[in-house]
This record gives sequence, structure tokens and C-alpha cells, in this order.
Amino acid sequence: MSAPGEIRYIDHPHPVSGVTNAKLGMWCFLASEIMLFGGFFSTYVLLRAGNPAWPTGSHLLNVPLAALNTVILITSSVTMVMAWYSLAIKSLPKFKMYLGLTILLAFAFLVVKGFEYGMKFEHHIYPAKNTFYAIYFTMTGLHGLHVVGGIVANLYYLFPGSKMWETNPEQFTGRIECAGLYWHFVDLVWIFLFPVLYLL
Amino acid sequence: MNNNYYGWGLPIDISTHGASVDRLIYVIHWLMLALFVGWLTYLIIVLIRFRARPGHTAAYKERHFKAPTYIEVIVALIEAALLVGFSIPAFHAYRNVVPPADQAVQVRVVAEQFAWNIHYPGADGKFGKTDPKLISRVNPIGLDPEDPAGKDDVKTVNQLHIPVGQPVIAYLSSKDVIHSFALPVMRVKQDVIPGQEVRVSFEATQTGNFEIACAQLCGLGHYRMRGFFIVDTPEVFQNWLKEKAPK
Amino acid sequence: MSHHDHDHHGHHHDLPFWRKYIFSVDHKVIGVQYAVTALLFLFVGFTLMMLIRWQLAFPGQPLPGFLSTLFGDANAPGGIILPEFYNQLGAMHGTIMIFLGVVPLSVGGFGNYVLPLQIGAPDMAFPKLNMLSYWVYFIGGVIMLFSFFVTGGAAQSGWTSYAPLAVIAQQGQTFWLIGMVFLITSSLLGSINFIVTTVQLRADGLSFFRLPFFVWAQFVTSFLLLLAFPPLETAGVLQLMDRLAHTSFFMPSGLVVSGEALAISGGGNPILWQHLFWFLAHPEVYVLILPAMGIVAEVIACNTRKPIYGYKSMIYAVVFLGFMSFIVWAHHMYLVGMSTEMSAFFQVTTMIISIPSIIILTALLLSLWGGAIRFNTPMLFAIAFLPMFGIGGLTGLPLGLAASDIHLHDTYYVIGHFHYVVAPGTIFALFAGIYHWFPKVTGRKMNEILGKVHFFFSFIFMNGVFMPMFFQGLAGVSRRLWDPTQYAHGLSTQPLNVFISFSAWGLALAQIPFILNFFGSIFAGKKVDQNPWEATTLEWSAPTPPPHGNFLTPPVVYRGPYEYSVPGQKKDFWPQAMKETN
Repeated sequence: MSAPGEIRYIDHPHPVSGVTNAKLGMWCFLASEIMLFGGFFSTYVLLRAGNPAWPTGSHLLNVPLAALNTVILITSSVTMVMAWYSLAIKSLPKFKMYLGLTILLAFAFLVVKGFEYGMKFEHHIYPAKNTFYAIYFTMTGLHGLHVVGGIVANLYYLFPGSKMWETNPEQFTGRIECAGLYWHFVDLVWIFLFPVLYLL
Repeated sequence: MNNNYYGWGLPIDISTHGASVDRLIYVIHWLMLALFVGWLTYLIIVLIRFRARPGHTAAYKERHFKAPTYIEVIVALIEAALLVGFSIPAFHAYRNVVPPADQAVQVRVVAEQFAWNIHYPGADGKFGKTDPKLISRVNPIGLDPEDPAGKDDVKTVNQLHIPVGQPVIAYLSSKDVIHSFALPVMRVKQDVIPGQEVRVSFEATQTGNFEIACAQLCGLGHYRMRGFFIVDTPEVFQNWLKEKAPK
Repeated sequence: MSHHDHDHHGHHHDLPFWRKYIFSVDHKVIGVQYAVTALLFLFVGFTLMMLIRWQLAFPGQPLPGFLSTLFGDANAPGGIILPEFYNQLGAMHGTIMIFLGVVPLSVGGFGNYVLPLQIGAPDMAFPKLNMLSYWVYFIGGVIMLFSFFVTGGAAQSGWTSYAPLAVIAQQGQTFWLIGMVFLITSSLLGSINFIVTTVQLRADGLSFFRLPFFVWAQFVTSFLLLLAFPPLETAGVLQLMDRLAHTSFFMPSGLVVSGEALAISGGGNPILWQHLFWFLAHPEVYVLILPAMGIVAEVIACNTRKPIYGYKSMIYAVVFLGFMSFIVWAHHMYLVGMSTEMSAFFQVTTMIISIPSIIILTALLLSLWGGAIRFNTPMLFAIAFLPMFGIGGLTGLPLGLAASDIHLHDTYYVIGHFHYVVAPGTIFALFAGIYHWFPKVTGRKMNEILGKVHFFFSFIFMNGVFMPMFFQGLAGVSRRLWDPTQYAHGLSTQPLNVFISFSAWGLALAQIPFILNFFGSIFAGKKVDQNPWEATTLEWSAPTPPPHGNFLTPPVVYRGPYEYSVPGQKKDFWPQAMKETN
């Protein structure tokens, strides 16, 4: 029995659903994100189907840089899991190291992306040039914004947020797990974006 | 305008396919009326019979009503019948059954903010080529002056004439935003999407002066995008075409 | 509303005013914030409609009295509403009523206040997120209202914002898009909260099949908001890109506007906007109706003193309705030139989705049989909802079948259809909810005489406004016309426009007793105890007004939600959380 006025299942799972509130909330959020990116992928399909002169992505875009970014992002997903695992084995210093690595890798992703965009802008290639570039910039840009969001959340958890480890380690571990779910999703979107935009 | 055409319900129907549309509208409205009167009668009875009053208590375990399930099944079957027997075939005929081109009057309708450009192929029966790049104030449909097929084309603004008793194939497109080509007395309506050309076919059964209406918000002049839709006898129609032909 | 803060064990501590009432994380305060804000927006949307009705009744005539100078020369020179201003009024009336009025009131207001109480929870699962949802909605609303005052005015391409018109429109459209991004975000955050709260925070003993139908309705609605809104966010981003970055997602090649070829790449598709838009906007209409059905179920059960008929069927129906609502959207697009195969598919799904709607309506009607019906004000609105929603739902049939839609598409028939569902439908249900739950929020009942006057005249005038529109639609009169008399078929139905407009102004007057009643009863209404309606659901077991944390001890639930008139009991209601007999 909880005290009156206390919200249950914050730091331990609900007996029937098997998850904490935050975890269920994060899955719901990710479902909506799937619908969001699904809208963009549907847009891509419709535009490409209606345009017989659609260019091949690999001819116009920088595949090696994007491949590098794919490796960077996948690695960051691994370090994110390691960060969560470090909390599971109760090591705060390891957690901080792995989360810090994740953030650095995310920054690296953005820097590489910056070079990619920069090279396009140098050649006066902007979203308005044609629908291929329009969807390329829009989708990778939105994905990039999601990377930024993940960086902000992770920075919070690395610095001020990590104080919660002292007062409520279960809830804090749950928060990192949720941040990990989000980060894996961001990675997963890229894993679809890369072949669709750059290779097909 | 003769106001015997319009009232507070369906306008007169002067089209060969209009009966299929009107039939469906009538049948559905009878169904709606039957359901609504049934529900309303039940509602009035129940509100009187089961009003709270001294000595009257509510029944906790209500008997199971079988009738609503039967009614629901019947409604579902009627909806299926409306689909399979009325709407799907009628819509298929409206969209896909096209008269042979050599028997029909062909016309192009190019909508713009806020007028209907009507384009006939002229005596040679061929439409001249058009190009958006050639659009100007004196050439609103961008007819290519180099194309010999276009030399005899008839172009009007807001004047759609057709002969009675002859099928018409209209090719609809738009220069700027989405409009919608509506001929209420013909039970014809088709959204006109820029970047696409849609074909609609119809045949009038009666002469008269009617209207083209725009049925999709297209800007501040949407309300005044009225065109003249004139159904003539075949002789009057041909004379009109000859009169309008470029000299 | 006066909030007595009971000092009780738990997390409560004395908060400064701005944290207790402005940036509160308590679902009840947030619910009231949503409700009050939404009622204000409903008032704004209603005012826009009254201006539209002037222009329709007296096309081209200057507005009367002080109104003739109120809107300035840019909108109404000499008091005559310009077509551009008329189009702004139309687009913003729809946008404000749907996104700033009805949904925030039914989901943000009623959902937030009542749902945690009805499931025996101390608050929503994420109180801070809840607070954020409200303020993001508020900002979205401010952006929308602000757009009236920028050069060129507010959005004027319909609430549907079809491309290319909306892409080439003036800057008010950009404000609309940005406002929508805020409103969509608010909805998404709110829906996550509702889903997690309903799954995780139900009281012990409160299984899913013991939940009040109101909670089920809000639960399904939350899934619709969660999954259907993101594609509209996609569409909004794409339209912003088209407008601001000059991309051509929705712009085909070769566009010539006012004689000038547009300097864009082209290659886009206007139909893409329609698909993305309607993929949300169809589930959105179920978002508009489901919470209302939930309210009606609660009020009917309470005022018939018997369980809801077909409670389980209603739950299966509402879940099935939720699924189906995702696969009917293109029935708004029958005439874009789609293949007859595609239109056949959507006609079939549209007919199928009418089945669960009829099941729910029938169950509510049958719930009246065998009851002991009390005709108080909330019950009058709840009963009236049934035939009004019936008319709305039935008139969807000729629209949902493509062949009849050929004639009725984008006419006043459509306006009559959806307004019947939303206005004497949903809004009546919301009135029922206000009269019903007012005593829980304030500890006072609203006045019955004023309530019945409000009901009677609202009912008459609602029908006066919307019934004639079906005749206008059958005559072929298009929507969104600044002056329908430009057409002969519009001229023939013009007397109906005058009748409708006077009914609309009468409807406005009929709200005066409600406004007086609402504010007057806060201060001078008859004081009542915590369960004045003698209802069974959990919110009535909480103190009035409920303290922070809602229940003095966490409730335990022993039975279903509508155990009224149980044989062998002294009283005719058996509260869910009451262990002993009543």
C-alpha cells in the first residue's frame, strides 16, 4: 500500500504491465515518433513514385561520410547500453564515462553532418533545388534535431540529473533506460534513412 | 436564369447519369428517415414510460433486447447493398465509362483564380499543344502559336457550351491552386488539381442556361468563380463554335 | 474556483500562489485551466461564426452599429466584410473550435479533472508533463489569435489548409502552421500522460472491465491523438518548408499564379498534403465525439439509476471504432481523381465504421429502458445528444458513399452533417458534463431553472441553425462562399440563410443564462455534499473539492461502475469503493 497522494510505479514496475510509468510513457512516445517518421518515409515514397527522373542517392550524396556516421551512431548506441549497464552493476564512474562517450559520439555525428551540409551549400545546393534535396535535407535535418534532443537529455543526466543516483538509484536507472530507448530509436531511424536516401 | 431549375432540394437533373446519383440520395434519405423516426418514437415512449416518479424503481438486471441486434444486422446488410448495388457501380460508371472519343464533344477546362478557361479543339478535332511557359494575359491557357493543330482552337472564358444529347469528354486541369468543377444540374463534380489532368464525361438531356460552380476554396474570389454552362441544340452549338473560331 | 487546501499527510506543503494556481502540477487545477481557456476560445470561435452569419444573411451589407468600424479598413472597409476577411473568419472558426475549444475542453478539461479521480489515482502519472501540456496549448492558442493582427490577416485557406493555396497564402498561414505545431505537441504529451495513467495508476480492484465508460472513451481517444497527430506534424513541417524554404513538396511543376510563373522546382503533389492531413483529421473527429459519448454514458447511468445497457459491447465497439478510424480518411477525398478501386476500399471501411457508432448509440438509448429517469439539466443535454448525434451520424451516409458524394461534396450538406455531430452533439455533451461535475469542483450545484432555459433555447436554435443547411446542400450550394447569391442555385436558398443567421444569433442569446448560471453558482449556488447526484463512480467518493492527492486513503474497488438499484440494498446506488452494502 502506498501513502495517500503518492504516485505508484515510478521506481518499480506495475505487477501486470511489467513496466514503470516512465518506460510505458517512453514506448508511447516512440510509437508517436514512428508515426512521425513514417509520415516522412511515406512522403518520400509518394514523391519518388510520381517522379520518373528521381536521381540515385549515391550519385549525389556523400556515401562515405554517411557510412562513417552510421558507424558512429551504432557505436553510440552500444556505449548508451553500457552506460545503463554500469548503473545496473552500481558503478557511477563507469556510467559517467560511457554516457560521456555517447554524447561525444553524438557530437561527432553532428559535426560530420555539418561537413556534409556545408559541402552542399558551397555548391549552392539547398532544399529548394528539387524534391530529392528537399526531402533529403528535411528528413536528415529532423533526424539531426532529434540527435540534438538526445544530447541535451544525456547532458542533463550526466551532470545535474545524476544527483538522483544518491536519492533514488532505481528511478535514476529507469531514467537512463528510457533515455537509452530513445537513443536506440534515433539510431534506428538513421539505419533506415541511410540506405533509403543514400543508397537506393 | 430560370428559377424553376433550383429550389430547396435537388436541382433538376438534366444528365444521363444523374438518375443513379439521385436514386442513391433518395434511398439513403428514406433509410435515414426510417431509422430516425424509429429511434425518436422509441425515445419518446421510453422517456414517458420510465420517468422517475414515486413508487417507480429502476430495473437492475435488464432483459436482453434481441430486436436491436436484428436491426443492426439489417442496417449493415442495407449498407452493403447500397455499396454493391448503388454506389460502387454508379461511381465506377461515372469515372471509368468513357464514350468513344470520335462520338463525343471534347473540351478542355483550365481553371485559374478566378475563372474557367474553356478550350475546344476546333474543326480539326485536335487540341493545340499548350505550355505553362507561354501563359500570358492574352493567352491564358498557354496555347502554342507554332502548333498548326491549335490554329482553329476555340477558347473562351467562363463560357461552356455543349450540345444536348451528345456525350462530352472534359479534360480538367488547373494553373494555380485546387479548384473544383461543379455542374449541379448535371450531377457532375470533379476536383481540379494543378499538375494533373483529370477526365470527366457527361451527357445532357435538356437544353437551357445553367451554371458552373467552383466547389473548392481557391482564394478570395472563390465565390465569384461562376461560369455559364449552356446546353444548346446541336445546330445552335455548331453555329456558336463557328462564330467563336479564330478568323 | 475556491480551493480549500486541506493540510494532510503526504507530499503537501504550502505553495506560493503562482505555483498553486498558475504553474500547478495538480491535475485538477490544470483541468480547470484547460476548461476555462477552452471556454474562452469557444466564445471567440462563436463570435467569428456570428460575423460569418451576418455576411451570409446580408451579403455585402455593412455590419450594424459599432461593429462597422471595429475591424478596420483592411478587413471590413465601411463595415463590409471583405472576402479575404470572410475567409479568415471561416478558417479560424474551424481551427479555433476544434483545436482550441472542443478538444482542450473535452480531453484537457474533463479528461484531466475527472479521469484520475475516476480511477482512484492521486494525480496523472506525469504531473509536470501535464502542466507543460497546458502551457504549450496556451502558447499555441496565443499564436493563433495573434495571427489576426499580422499584415494580411490570419490563415484563410480553410482549417484544411490545402496546398497549393495555403503555400502561396500570406504570412498568417505560417503562424497557423507554427501554432499547430505547438497544439500537436501539447496533444501528444497529454495523450502519453492519459495512457500511462490509465494503465498504471488504477486503484486496487479496478480492472479494465470495471472502468467507467468515460475512462475507456478517453483511453481510446488518447491512442487516436498519439498515433494520428504525428503525420499532421509531418505535413505541417513540409508546408512550412514549402512556404519558408521554397521547397516543392506540395507544388507541382508549371504553376502560374496571377500570370506569373512560380520560381520553384516543382515536382511535388498537392494530394500528398490531403493524405497526410486527413490521416489525422479523420481520427480527429472521433477525438471530438468519443469523450462526449463518455460523458453522456456517465450522466445517463446516474440519472436512470440503473447500469448502462451493453457496457461490454460499448467497450468492444469503441476500441473497434478506434482501429477503424485510421483506415477511412480518404472518404474526404473521393473527388480528387482517385481510382475507383481506392474509393471502393474507403467506402467499404466507411460503411463498416458506422456499425460501432450505431452500437454505442443504441446501447445508450437502450440504457434508458427500465430506468427511473430524472430530468435534471445534465440529463436533458445527455438525452438530447442522442437524436442529435443520430442526425449527424445518419447524414454521414450520403457523404460516405462516393456516388451521392458527387453531388454533396463540399456543399452545405457537409457543414450540416459535421455540425450536428459536434454542436448539438459534442457541445451538448460538454454542457451535460459541466452541469454534472460542477458540484464536484465547486461544492455547489448550478441553478436548475436557468439550466433548463439554457437547454430549451439552445436545443431549438441549434436545430434552427443546422437543419436548413441540408436543404442548401441538396440544392448544390458550395461551402466557403462569401456570397452564395452569386449563383442561381444559391439565390434560391437565400431565405434559409436569413433564417439560419437569426437562429445563430438566438443561439448566442441562449448562452446568457448559462454564463450567468456558471459564474453566479460559483458564489451563490446551492451548497451540496460530496455526492449530490448519489452516483457510484469513484470521483464522488472523494471529498469536495478533492484535496491535493485526491483521496484521504487510496480507494479499493469492489464492483463495476454502474451498480445502481441493486436488489436488496436500501439505497438505489452502490459506490464502487464502498465495501459494505449501502
